[in-house]
Amino acid sequence: MEIKDKINNAINENDICLFMKGTPDSPQCGFSMAVTNILKHLNVKFKGINVLEDENLRQGIKEFSDWPTIPQLYIKGEFIGGCDIVKEMFENGELKKIFQDKNLI
Amino acid sequence: MPLPINEIKKLIKESIPDATIEIKDLMGDNNHYSATVKSKLFNNLNKIEQHKLVYKSLKGKMGNELHALSLITEGK
Repeated sequence: MEIKDKINNAINENDICLFMKGTPDSPQCGFSMAVTNILKHLNVKFKGINVLEDENLRQGIKEFSDWPTIPQLYIKGEFIGGCDIVKEMFENGELKKIFQDKNLI
Repeated sequence: MPLPINEIKKLIKESIPDATIEIKDLMGDNNHYSATVKSKLFNNLNKIEQHKLVYKSLKGKMGNELHALSLITEGK
């Protein structure tokens, strides 16, 4: 399967999908940990996908989203942003609102 | 390879000439920065598009030579 299809499947099958370094239980990077903590704090169910396990995915997701860094958060198939944007949206309440509007919380 | 603050500012200015840029070296290691960038070009763009403009100005260095640049963008 092509990496693009793999990514499409992942973001379609999981309402909240986080491409990250490490796993939700054991993040391997401070930025991935920050986003994981926010999602845990909001008590939403999310799928963490470890890009460190697959070099193709690590590069592929950057091209797919046209975004140079990891983590990357997708909600209902839509790219929300990286760590800075997610943090900002958490602090101003926007993130919670998206989850509420999409019945994920 | 670390990227000094002046170099980052120069790259951003080349693509976003009216940018007001503040950069902090968070760890004093030329490798972990936080930047606030303000520009008229950001008006009417969403956050993703704003950050992409800054990343593009860094010409592929983001995520490579430049490991960590936490970013705040605002319109003017």
